[in-house]
Amino acid sequence: MYNKILVFLEQRNDEIKKQSLEAARKGFQLSKELNTELIGIVVGNEIKNLNIVSEHGLEKVIHLKNSKLKNYSSTAYSKLISDFAKENNFNLLLFSHTSMGKDLAPIVAAKLKAGYGADCVSITFKENNLIFERPIFAGKAIMNFSLNSEFKVLTIRPNTVSLTENGYNVNTNVEVIEVPESNLDLRSLTVDYVKSEGKIDVAEADIIISGGRGMKGPENFYLLEEIAQLLNGAVGASRAVVDAGWRPHSEQVGQTGKTVSPKLYIACGISGAIQHLAGMSSARCIVAINKDKDAPIFQVADYGIVGDVLEILPVLKEELKKYVN
Amino acid sequence: MKIVVALSHVPDTATKIKISQDRKTIDQTGVSFVINPYDEFAVEEALRTKEKFGGEVIVVTYGNDNAKESIRKALAMGADKGILIKGETNVDTLTIAEALASEILPLQPDIVFCGKQSVDYDSSAVGQMLAELLGFPSISTVVKLEIDNNIIKAEREVEGGIEKCESSLPVVITTQKGLNEPRYASLKGIMAAKSKPIEEKFFEVKQNRLVVNELRLPESQRKSKILGTDATAVPELVRLLREEAKVI
Ligand SMILES: Cc1cc2nc3c(=O)[nH]c(=O)nc-3n(C[C@H](O)[C@H](O)[C@H](O)COP(=O)(O)OP(=O)(O)OC[C@H]3O[C@@H](n4cnc5c(N)ncnc54)[C@H](O)[C@@H]3O)c2cc1C
Ligand SMILES: Nc1ncnc2c1ncn2[C@@H]1O[C@H](COP(=O)(O)O)[C@@H](O)[C@H]1O
Repeated sequence: MYNKILVFLEQRNDEIKKQSLEAARKGFQLSKELNTELIGIVVGNEIKNLNIVSEHGLEKVIHLKNSKLKNYSSTAYSKLISDFAKENNFNLLLFSHTSMGKDLAPIVAAKLKAGYGADCVSITFKENNLIFERPIFAGKAIMNFSLNSEFKVLTIRPNTVSLTENGYNVNTNVEVIEVPESNLDLRSLTVDYVKSEGKIDVAEADIIISGGRGMKGPENFYLLEEIAQLLNGAVGASRAVVDAGWRPHSEQVGQTGKTVSPKLYIACGISGAIQHLAGMSSARCIVAINKDKDAPIFQVADYGIVGDVLEILPVLKEELKKYVN
Repeated sequence: MKIVVALSHVPDTATKIKISQDRKTIDQTGVSFVINPYDEFAVEEALRTKEKFGGEVIVVTYGNDNAKESIRKALAMGADKGILIKGETNVDTLTIAEALASEILPLQPDIVFCGKQSVDYDSSAVGQMLAELLGFPSISTVVKLEIDNNIIKAEREVEGGIEKCESSLPVVITTQKGLNEPRYASLKGIMAAKSKPIEEKFFEVKQNRLVVNELRLPESQRKSKILGTDATAVPELVRLLREEAKVI
């Protein structure tokens, strides 16, 4: 089947998000293998950093523009994207599995009567067939699947495509299409975006240092905050400490919190319950600090220290200071 | 207000996953099933909406007979009636949404609540797809909700902050932890649920867009190196993170 590829470029506050660049690169790889056309699509008003996509394989970008499209609207965006895909025969659509991507892609899929695969960790082309893989049951199993519908809509798990590899530089041609008011379905609209106080979100951090009940109390989390700041990372938490009110739910990692896949995950005083592992087991490198040598967290860790976190963390901070800044 | 909750019946999150002989499905022997945890927030929000505006709460599930257990639980919490749509399982998400829409559309609901994600296949999709098939707008991953004069004001959790959204009614809302604290069913509720109706319907799957080639367990390639039993192991840890893992 002939698959023309459309990559959704997500913007918030007029800036293209890093996760979309991963989708662009995946699209680029696939377009080479399938020997097919690839374009990016961005919906918004002024886009400040659109030139960034030339480092990630997109030779052509369509910018659907209207001042009312600056903020996300699931109704408007989904209509514009699915209409564009239909009219121009793009039948393989790639999104990033971010808050916006996972909200928008299913609506687009429903409009196109498409087969849908969320949160893919791999997309390959084998024996003339597109093969997808995605974690299910919170990563306890992997599903290898194909889609037999004409349109296929996929979201890609963030941090699964390298952005540093070379070979993706191209010249990008941007076509701006002014969208008339009459074509905007704004029944659902974002009216405001409130940023949480200057901190990096766990879902977006490259380095996460998380605390569990072994931290003994909310007063000790400054130890994690200091290290997070040093490494330009974020503080995460187990559900036990969120439920105890020590930390906000926005920091919870796990099956009913956030799924993260950072470069480095440091679990401090976390036992490693299956629901916690569900949210972080795909981190590139995992460190565990726990006083119980039999804690399940050690089984998924690359490196472990068996000991008291409250004694180890101050030393860790001093040691890290020698190398960073 | 006519309020609908789409409720899925899923393996308990503590389940250890085993794959069946055919390598295409999960082995269900010994697995206990529960209401999808996120759908409890959906049921709770539906009940609160009914308490505020009056009306009726209808719970709709696509699944097999076993799912009645979860519907019954929602009825015990206070929902008024259940609909079980029976049909082939292991279908693609859009097919599930189509099955749900086929029974929900004729009900002409004002508001439909779903969980943000079911904890089996983790798609986070059925709610938004259902909205599209019903012709409604949707707001997903909602942590705060206000309904005022047919205007929905919701806050949804996104990376690095909160999005404040507005929408008209009818609407589909998918619920995230933080929206409310689901109530426990009272003994009275459990007794009352026994006589509440669960209607059975059937949905014929015409087109399944998903072909499962294989399920497998993820292989762990972790080193599990224990570096020591106190703070003296820290320099070695930092060295390994720099030189071996190259992550800092
Ligand atoms: C439906 C459902 C969903 C869930 N979702 C999530 C989720 O999203 N995320 C999540 O995290 N959990 C989730 N859970 C909860 C999960 O099952 C565990 O209860 C939780 O992860 C435990 O948190 P913890 O590791 O901080 O606490 P504990 O299990 O109490 O572990 C504390 C650990 O700290 C160690 N410790 C104690 N003192 C010290 C010290 N001084 N130094 C070093 N180590 C020390 C102990 O040895 C122990 O291993 C969920 C549960 C259910 C039922
Ligand atoms: N089989 C089903 N029956 C009823 N509702 C469902 C079903 N599957 C999913 N849902 C609803 O859709 C939400 C999102 O599910 P999913 O897209 O599977 O992650 C769930 O929280 C439920 O509210």
